[in-house]
Amino acid sequence: MARAVVNVPATVRRGEIIEIKALVQHAMETGFRRTQLGEVIPRDIIRQLVCTYNGAEIFRAELHPAISANPLLAFSTIATESGTIEVTWTGDKGFSVTQSATITVV
Amino acid sequence: MITRRDFLIGAAGAAGGIGLATMSRRARATPAAMQDAIRKVTGGAPLRGGRVKLDVPPLIDNGNSVALTVSVESPMTSSDYVKSIHVFTERNPLPNVLSVQLGPRAGRARIATRVRLADSGTVLAVAELSDGSYWTDSAQVVVTLSACLEEALV
Repeated sequence: MARAVVNVPATVRRGEIIEIKALVQHAMETGFRRTQLGEVIPRDIIRQLVCTYNGAEIFRAELHPAISANPLLAFSTIATESGTIEVTWTGDKGFSVTQSATITVV
Repeated sequence: MITRRDFLIGAAGAAGGIGLATMSRRARATPAAMQDAIRKVTGGAPLRGGRVKLDVPPLIDNGNSVALTVSVESPMTSSDYVKSIHVFTERNPLPNVLSVQLGPRAGRARIATRVRLADSGTVLAVAELSDGSYWTDSAQVVVTLSACLEEALV
């Protein structure tokens, strides 16, 4: 199980723009590298990241091999209500990790 | 009988052939491939300069992890917002880097990530707005240590 972190401010004012930082542990093997014996190392990357805010999708990203290992993505949203922000990463070889963070809107 | 001159010409040709073979093994995207990838996103719509700001360091020591930020000037209201942001590069094996979809709920059209860059060249960001227009910004970078193509230590 890969480790993942979703970072959001714990308490914010209603209507404030917050930054969400999503980090996940993954090698993002490009499929262009070779071993010292000359064999191509097969591609194994995260293809997609989807972020939901209390169940409604707010952000979606398509990742390619040119994203660094342990992909970090920072994006923003408007804090509308208290609840959970959930990020799901899916990728090759059945990779799927979900991590959520709770936010309190005052 | 092989003269010294024939031998040298033959040897030079063979050496050139080896060099070419080595180059072609390292398949790379070309500026043309990047243009194709952009066309796939925009559908041939014209790209306009301005509004988009691509922030990437001009001199990169290590291409394996390059901090990259794209921000777009937009009010982000339900009638005028940024639909998607795409990042391309012309020297990686594949021209596509990242595609994100956002909406008015984002509040601010700004994304940040870390990318791999295989060689010095152009990095380009394209933003699609809700009115169907495309805006772009590009940056020239110099990469000292290349990503993607190095031998793995396994």
